[in-house]
Amino acid sequence: MEKFIIKYFNFIRIIIAILIGVVISVFIIYIISKNPGLSLRSFFLGTILSKGRLGSWIEMSSPIILCGLAIAIPFQAEQFNIGAEGALFISAAVGTAFAVSTRMPAVLHIPSVLLVAGLTGALWGFIPGFLKAKWKTDELVISLMMNYVAYFLGLYLINYYFRDKAAGYLVSYKLPETAWLTQFVPGTRIHFGVIIAFVFALLTYYFLYHTTTGYEIRTTGTNKNFAKYGGINVFRVIVLSQVIGGFLAGIGGMTEVMGLSRRFNWQISPGYGWDGVVVAIIGQNNPLFIILAALFLSYLRTGGQVLNLLSDIPSEMVIVIKSIIILLITAEAFLQRFKNRITIREAKMREVPDGSDN
Amino acid sequence: MDPIIKSILSPKFVFATLRVMTPILYPAIGVAVSALAGSINIALEGIMLMSAFTGVMVSAYTGSLWLALIAGVLAGVGMGAILGYFHLNLKADIIIAAIALNMFASGISIFLLYVFTHDKGTSSSLKSLVFPSYQIPLLKNIPVLGPMLSGHNILTYLLFAAVVAYYYIIYKTPLGLRIRAVGQNPEAAESVGIDVNKIKLYSLLLSGFFGSFGGLYLSMGYVSWFSRDMTAGRGFIAIAAASLGGNLPLGTLLGSALFGFVNAFAIFIAPLKIPSEFIQSIPYVTTVIVLTVYSINKTRKEKAVIGSKADNR
Repeated sequence: MEKFIIKYFNFIRIIIAILIGVVISVFIIYIISKNPGLSLRSFFLGTILSKGRLGSWIEMSSPIILCGLAIAIPFQAEQFNIGAEGALFISAAVGTAFAVSTRMPAVLHIPSVLLVAGLTGALWGFIPGFLKAKWKTDELVISLMMNYVAYFLGLYLINYYFRDKAAGYLVSYKLPETAWLTQFVPGTRIHFGVIIAFVFALLTYYFLYHTTTGYEIRTTGTNKNFAKYGGINVFRVIVLSQVIGGFLAGIGGMTEVMGLSRRFNWQISPGYGWDGVVVAIIGQNNPLFIILAALFLSYLRTGGQVLNLLSDIPSEMVIVIKSIIILLITAEAFLQRFKNRITIREAKMREVPDGSDN
Repeated sequence: MDPIIKSILSPKFVFATLRVMTPILYPAIGVAVSALAGSINIALEGIMLMSAFTGVMVSAYTGSLWLALIAGVLAGVGMGAILGYFHLNLKADIIIAAIALNMFASGISIFLLYVFTHDKGTSSSLKSLVFPSYQIPLLKNIPVLGPMLSGHNILTYLLFAAVVAYYYIIYKTPLGLRIRAVGQNPEAAESVGIDVNKIKLYSLLLSGFFGSFGGLYLSMGYVSWFSRDMTAGRGFIAIAAASLGGNLPLGTLLGSALFGFVNAFAIFIAPLKIPSEFIQSIPYVTTVIVLTVYSINKTRKEKAVIGSKADNR
């Protein structure tokens, strides 16, 4: 048992952090809700009790997975680019503009729209990446500022040039059907974008852990000077990690438009980029864990929506829970004493047979 | 075109600049004092939100401006304490912990706003108080200067006291000396018996203290209600303002003034037929440009220093 705990300590720590988050949410619901039973049921079971919501749980995980990857790759290179939210927003806007104004068969239209969106995101990652690599400009502040720029620019593009005035509210024109991602599970809105997200997660895993560039990214993250003296082009790694990140966030935004709403309908930013930060931290920047973390977070999100609809608890509770979980996970010393005690006990147990020989 | 230029050249423009730089300079001092101690606090966004929210709620339910002020400041200092505890005691990465705190503040303020008012947007259904504005006798009668400097909110006047206080703390008190020592070389500071963690904690508490006034001003001066995420990135712009000013008092003041100027400019050109989306993005674009130019200069200077050292050898 002790050995198991020591070996998987980090994993256990994350699970405990998540459990604490869940317990706190139960606690909050009990204090605030007038009908805690109903609220708890809505929050924890609301998602699995309806097929449509089950579908939106799976569906919603896909932009979160892609944004998680978008954050994790720069994080692995120790680059705090948290611009996934902006990259996602502007890419979806530009991609929508492109999709609406072009006519092609679906075989060409889908990949080219995705490519345009991805490249827009890549550009959005390139700017802070290049500034950081070249002049050490703080990528954290730049990427944050660019989130706002992306938001206003995206709205401008859609509201002024591609607004569907017949729709009655602020949305773009509908995408031509050739640019739709099929919803393939009847009764749900699970669409092809989910598969795209999973494939990209696997590809990113392969890229980070089984290619030279991936190795260079991780090495730069662990020790920049070592990487530099080892002949790694750190400049390239810093820029590339953020460009790839932006690309993935762009795909995440676009698949959501192509598969779900089929038109650009965000008047406020959807927050997937921020969830990307959360899942990258919960998943410790590992693409495979990010999938699990995204499924968890998307479950919370759908639970939050049910909560909003059926109970007196606002869905923002989920944001509070998320932030507490990240705080606990990033606190390295959290549970450290517990681990130390176990390590000592384990060491003592090993010492005994040696001691008896003397 | 003409009336716009006229309005920008009028004393009103300086008045507006001071008004909009208030919620930037307070958090900028907050960022600066933490950066001087070597652990930069990027949670000012969350600190301001918490103070803005707490101030409005306490003033609405107690009717006391003083209690609102105290509660708002405590909320800000409390956020600084949480960040300090997680970073210094639990060894959390300060950047990620701050991101989490910003998220927390955004979530909990909307959550509680809904619980109390059944509205997720603004607190306008509550009758909350605002900090008073004052005309300064004599000064208000002086042409040009009067309309620029008189009639401001008390928190805008206090802004200059805050800069002076910041100057005084870091240059004239033992704590300030220790903060600077810890920031420049923590090992050296430790070797002369300074408790590095304690000093860093104090700097984070001060950071929350200064930031809280920015939040209070937003919801109880700039406007008279709390609305969700009303800080709108000012806590992040403050990071840029502080780093432009080298985290020093006068520099931080000038850095914030620059962003105040740009923000005021954006407000004044609004009557032009420029899409509002462009105008609203001006402060953020400016931050990107200014920070880039600043870091280009800094890199050049560093290179020049390395070059001259090489020459001396």
